[in-house]
Amino acid sequence: MTVPAVDPTPPFDPAARPALEPRFRLQWEPAQNAHVLLYPEGMIKLNASAGEILKRCDGHSSIAEITADLERAFATTGLGSDVMAFLAMAQGKRWVTVP
Amino acid sequence: MGDGAMIGASTTTPAPAAAGPPLWLLLELTYRCPLHCAFCYNPLDFERTGPELGTDDWLRVLREARALGAVQLGLSGGEPLVRDDLEILVAEAHRLGFYINLVTSGVGLNETRIAALKSAGLDHIQLSFQDSGKQMNDFLSSTRTFDLKSRVAALIKKYEYPMVLNVVLHRFNIDHVGEILEFADRLGAEYVELANTQYYGWAFHNREQLMPSRSQVERAEAATKRFRERGGRPMQIFFVVPDYFERRPKPCMNGLGSVFLAVTPDGTALPCHAARTLPGLDFPNVRRADLRHIWYDSGAFNHYRGDAWMKEPCRSCPDKTRDFGGCRCQAYLLTGDAANADPVCELSPHHHLVTDAVALADRERPGALSATEKPLVFRSSANSRTLRP
Repeated sequence: MTVPAVDPTPPFDPAARPALEPRFRLQWEPAQNAHVLLYPEGMIKLNASAGEILKRCDGHSSIAEITADLERAFATTGLGSDVMAFLAMAQGKRWVTVP
Repeated sequence: MGDGAMIGASTTTPAPAAAGPPLWLLLELTYRCPLHCAFCYNPLDFERTGPELGTDDWLRVLREARALGAVQLGLSGGEPLVRDDLEILVAEAHRLGFYINLVTSGVGLNETRIAALKSAGLDHIQLSFQDSGKQMNDFLSSTRTFDLKSRVAALIKKYEYPMVLNVVLHRFNIDHVGEILEFADRLGAEYVELANTQYYGWAFHNREQLMPSRSQVERAEAATKRFRERGGRPMQIFFVVPDYFERRPKPCMNGLGSVFLAVTPDGTALPCHAARTLPGLDFPNVRRADLRHIWYDSGAFNHYRGDAWMKEPCRSCPDKTRDFGGCRCQAYLLTGDAANADPVCELSPHHHLVTDAVALADRERPGALSATEKPLVFRSSANSRTLRP
C-alpha cells in the first residue's frame, strides 16, 4: 500500500464551500443500494465514498468541515487528500462547483 | 413462448431473476398528437390499439415501477400535453422520487401549464423540433414555427429549465443543419440533439424518402463541427449518426429487458418502445398484470435476456456482451427474424440490406420528391386506419 504524497498545493482552499451543480439531483436509491446523480435523461451510479462526499456538498459546509465530518462518521483520519482529489474530479465532470 | 421458458436454457444465460431493476420507465401517455410527422416511430396502426389508460391506471403504474427501482421517467406520446391529467401524474411521480423528463413538441405548453408542471415537480423538458415538410419549410422561410418555439423556449427559460432541443434529421432537413443550429442558438438552447431518423414505425414506412445520402450526412457533420468551433455562447451539440451508416450495431436498450420498460397508451408493456412489432411475443398489459410480474416473470420480457436466443454470428462474437447483437426490432424489420444479428453489423449475412438502402439514398437526386417516387406518408389517424404494420 502506498502512502499518498502530500500535495503542497491542494487544488482548492479548504475553506471553499462546494455545491452540487443545479442540473443534478443526488438521491439514495435502495434498489441500487447506491447514491445516484440524476440529470436530464441520465443517471450516474456513485460508489460509496463518492456518494458520502457529494451528499455533504451543500454549498454551506467547507471542504475542511466536510472532511472532518467524514472522518468522524467513518472513525478514521487523513481523508483530506482523497476529498480534494474527488472534488477536483467532480468539478472536472461539472458535478459540483467549488467557488 | 410461455412464462419462465428461459429457465435452464443455457448455463451462460443469466436466469430471469438475475435481471436488474427497470431503471428507465417510459410512459407513452397517448397516441394523440397535433402533428403529423412522417418520421414518427409510433406504430403505423396506432389507431387500432385499445383505449387509453385512465389516470388511476397510470398512477398505479408509477407506484409499481418506483417500487421496482425505476428512477428515470420519460413522459411521451404522441403529445403528452394532450392529457389533461399530466400535472396529476407528474405530482405523483415527483412524490415517489422519479426524475421526470417531459418529451414534447411544445404545442399546448402555455404559461398556466408550465407553472403547474413546475410546481408539481417536473425536472426537465425536452423540446422536440419536428415535422418534415411543411413545418420545416415554414421554419426555414417564415415565422409561425419560430414564434411557437420561441414562445415555448422563453417559458422554459423563465421557469428555469435547461433548454434542451431535439431535432430529428432526415433527407429534407439535414442540409439545413447550420441554420437549425443558429435557430437553436437564438432560442438560447443549452443542449441540442441532432438525432438522425431511426427507421421504425412511420419512419420505416417512409425510409426510402427520408434516408439522407452519405454525402449529406458528411456535410451535416462538417457543418456541426464548424458551428462547434465558432465560439460564442456555449451550446452542447450531440450529433447522432444514423445507424445505417455504421458498421457495428448500437447496443439497443442495453439489451431488451435490461433497464428499459415502456408502457403504451393502452397499457401494453414493452421492453423497447418499438417492440410491439416483434412477432411471437405476448406483451403483457398493465391492466391485467402488475409490473413486478411483467418485468421479472413474463415471457415477453425474458425472451431476449441473456444470449440463449442468439444465432450466429452473434452467439460466438466477443462483442455480444457490448452490443447485444444490436436492435431486435431492426433485425426483424429488415430480415424477418428478430433473433438475427442487427443487419447494421458488417458481420451479419444480411448487412447488404442496410448498404443497399444507403446506396439507394446515395443516388443523386434533388431533395424534393420526383413524380416516380413513393409519396411521403404522414402520420395521421386516417393513414393509420388504412396501413398495416
